[in-house]
Amino acid sequence: MSKDNPTLIESSTFPRHVIAEIQRAAKTGIYDIRGFGAKRDIPTFDDLVFLGASTSRYPLEGYREKCTTEVVLGNRFAKNPIHLKTPVTIAGMSFGSLSAQAKESLGRGATLAGTSTTTGDGGMTPEERGHSKTLVYQYLPSRYGMNPDDLRRADAIEIVLGQGAKPGGGGMLLGQKISPRVAEMRNLPEGIDQRSACRHPDWTGPDDLEIKIQELREITNWEKPIYVKVGATRVFYDVTLAVKAGADVVVVDGMQGGTAATQDVFIEHVGIPTLPAVRMAVEALQEMDMHRKVQLIVSGGIRSGADVAKALALGADAVSIGTAALIALGDQSPEFDDEYKAIGSAAGFWDDYQAGNDPAGITTQDPELAKRLDPILGGRRLANYINVLTLELQTLARACGKSHVHNLEPEDMVALTMEAAAMAGVPLAGTSWIPGKNGM
Amino acid sequence: MTAINLNESSVRELNEKLQSGSSGDQFSVNNTVGKHALSVGLTSEINVEINGHVGYYCAGMNQQANIVINGNAGPGLAENMMSGEVRVTGNASQYAAATAHGGLLVIEGDASSRCGISMKGVNIVVGGNIGHMSAFMAQSGCLVVCGDAGDALGDSVYEAKIYVRGEVKSLGTDCIEKEMRDEHKKELKELLKQSNMNHKVEDFRRYGSARKLYNFDIDQVDEY
Amino acid sequence: MCGIVGLFIKNPALESELGALVAPMLSEMTERGPDSAGMAVYRDPNDKGCKVTVLSQKLDFDWASFEKAVNSHFSLNKFTVTQNHAVLSLDNSLSEVEHWLASNWTDLSVTSAGTNIEIFKGKGNPADFIKQFDIKNMTGTHALGHTRMATESAITTEHSHPFSTGQDLCLVHNGSLSNHNRLRETLKRAGVQFKTDNDSEVAAGYLSWRLSEGDDLDEALNHAIEDLDGFYTFAIGTKDGFAVMRDPIGCKPAIMAETDDWAAMSSEYRAIATLPGAENARIWEPEPTQIYSWKRS
Repeated sequence: MSKDNPTLIESSTFPRHVIAEIQRAAKTGIYDIRGFGAKRDIPTFDDLVFLGASTSRYPLEGYREKCTTEVVLGNRFAKNPIHLKTPVTIAGMSFGSLSAQAKESLGRGATLAGTSTTTGDGGMTPEERGHSKTLVYQYLPSRYGMNPDDLRRADAIEIVLGQGAKPGGGGMLLGQKISPRVAEMRNLPEGIDQRSACRHPDWTGPDDLEIKIQELREITNWEKPIYVKVGATRVFYDVTLAVKAGADVVVVDGMQGGTAATQDVFIEHVGIPTLPAVRMAVEALQEMDMHRKVQLIVSGGIRSGADVAKALALGADAVSIGTAALIALGDQSPEFDDEYKAIGSAAGFWDDYQAGNDPAGITTQDPELAKRLDPILGGRRLANYINVLTLELQTLARACGKSHVHNLEPEDMVALTMEAAAMAGVPLAGTSWIPGKNGM
Repeated sequence: MTAINLNESSVRELNEKLQSGSSGDQFSVNNTVGKHALSVGLTSEINVEINGHVGYYCAGMNQQANIVINGNAGPGLAENMMSGEVRVTGNASQYAAATAHGGLLVIEGDASSRCGISMKGVNIVVGGNIGHMSAFMAQSGCLVVCGDAGDALGDSVYEAKIYVRGEVKSLGTDCIEKEMRDEHKKELKELLKQSNMNHKVEDFRRYGSARKLYNFDIDQVDEY
Repeated sequence: MCGIVGLFIKNPALESELGALVAPMLSEMTERGPDSAGMAVYRDPNDKGCKVTVLSQKLDFDWASFEKAVNSHFSLNKFTVTQNHAVLSLDNSLSEVEHWLASNWTDLSVTSAGTNIEIFKGKGNPADFIKQFDIKNMTGTHALGHTRMATESAITTEHSHPFSTGQDLCLVHNGSLSNHNRLRETLKRAGVQFKTDNDSEVAAGYLSWRLSEGDDLDEALNHAIEDLDGFYTFAIGTKDGFAVMRDPIGCKPAIMAETDDWAAMSSEYRAIATLPGAENARIWEPEPTQIYSWKRS
């Protein structure tokens, strides 16, 4: 019902934003492209809660009684596994989709917090390598900027099959963000709309992937951990195949995972939520007896230390943050609300990363806007945020009696809804029922 | 000359030796039996002679080295090569010189499908024919084909230049025949000379991007 | 995802070495397919009657009693047990035998039927398969082998390739079909039976359905190009030879080679490299949608 005219009823099938989208499509003849991740309401980690200490389980004291958060990633085959102080890492985001200042902020912040950052679809910038103590280098279908020198400078290599926002889709960067520097890095004409491949150019299938991984190891002297990243779809099979193909680490990105640009229909209607994705990935690893031997990083809508704790409790070794990291840097900040309004949006709603006119200076190549982000301040803010996530994680782990965050287990949680119980494989609170597993 | 026998040495040992070679060193590699990832990630101007057929990704990410394969090559030959020269006397399987940024790849026989896919500056000269979807999303560099080209040549091509002497079975989206001007003839002549291909520039035609897909236009929607 | 191999002996003097030649080929494909292996061998023809290979999921199956039962109902001229398989050579009509097996021996599944073909399916590492089934000592005219890396269905013996598509016919597949679920339902309605949820079994079922509708092999394969969606390299075994075909996109690898003594195909050259005379063989890659075949004259 409308506030102004109480007799008006809005349709659930055709609410105003759907009407607006149909009208926009009719006007322009092009699909809606936007950034950010899936916005619609889906089961998330919010629907799980921890069973804290009780008469039978004892919590740990803060400070004296340690709750360690260190994580080692990639010790299956690589000579130099990655050592992190916290299980929170920064997900792959490209220079091109983000400004140089934003990439620098991420590097500085991650380094302060003792964790890794990841390059994106444009390749590695010298600033990024310079500012990031631990840098994961993405190996994508586009291969923009790919070269052996950067492979050797990287600390780990992440072969990307897909991402949660668009499993099966390739990278996208529109003309307004193909600045001279971006164009040069990607070997494209300036100002054009980048078209990207959705499959890797020189291998198809896990049988070929195995050979590709061998090649990358040969080029980098078997030193670097090889990650394989997939958008969450057929997670059980994908994780199994990644392990069989020789991955050291598997990264699974749920549908809430963000993107800088893709079709809205892709974001909202392809891929599954992070909640079931974690459980299925862990099941696959356990079935092959590879849990903790091949590490699992999950991403897609990680927001607080509670999300981190729940992901770890379900069996992940670490998580990645993307959208949350940008918000920590200043994305969606209320201080830009007037400017967001001037470009048709509002603080908290902004998702036109593809447009390149970001008032926060993060998802833009416009030098005037990008200047607004002070990388040192941005780095500090990100480090603060990661530290909060880590402290929150420890608080919850201690409350469950764990001296290492990896000792969190699914049995430490119950679900508040049936969907979450079924997806996470955790009983509905107050019952011992896991829909689909026991009973029915 | 250092001879490496793959019956006795592992692929790891081979690559380690080659990757630590110095400019001017000569190597020969024998008993290849279709093994993968041979002679990858080289970084200096060494000369490698590979005797036998090789598997996937031979000469992958090559920098500066001169590599000759006396035999056939599997998929992904010289993928992502940065510089240097790779020559194969036989045929090459799919994805030859995929995403390569520089250097010269010469295939004396035929290349399979997706030759030069997503190429980013490499020059490729093929003495025989090439398969379908070659030069798919080719961004820059030159692909010279002395024989025929298969279906969908240059589909979604950016700025790469394609020269074909024989027949083109069909052109890909946004790829059209273009005028051969003096600068193109000069470039082609130089490539043919470098690769020892004895053909006349006049026998070739040039293909490249129509540039209609550079910015989305609703009237081009059928191309997608 | 997988590795496939096929070997067709042209020079009769080499028939006694079929197994010795194809075993190393299969072994080279282990990394592509570590989960399970299978092989179809064409040998010891029974032109007067039929040959059936059966498989028992139970390792302690009472083959002696089974042999006795077969003997009492049919004219059994040879009965050979290997691991959990038995090859029966009978001087009876195939339909009688198949009907009797289906009605009385539901614990056994028929892996192949015809006059020449024998299909063995293993679970686990290909090296074990080669050893357990003594592949190296097999003789015959041609063989197709497969090593499997399971993608979307389980790892069981029944899921291993080759899949039999009809008398003396079999299929090995490298790739992944994207419309096999609906196609399976359509084929079921047409009377085709399936034992697994495997996409390759659907391809095999499709071909045998087309053949039963009156297509010859070439026509069936051409229909397959229209009706099957996805990525595939197929190698098909027939009584007299074998055929190879790739899908229109042609991304899954395939390589073929031929000398005066043999014709071979594989997913990777290194399998072919094990054959005598490989260095001087004519080597080429099959063009998408083109059917390549060899037949004994």
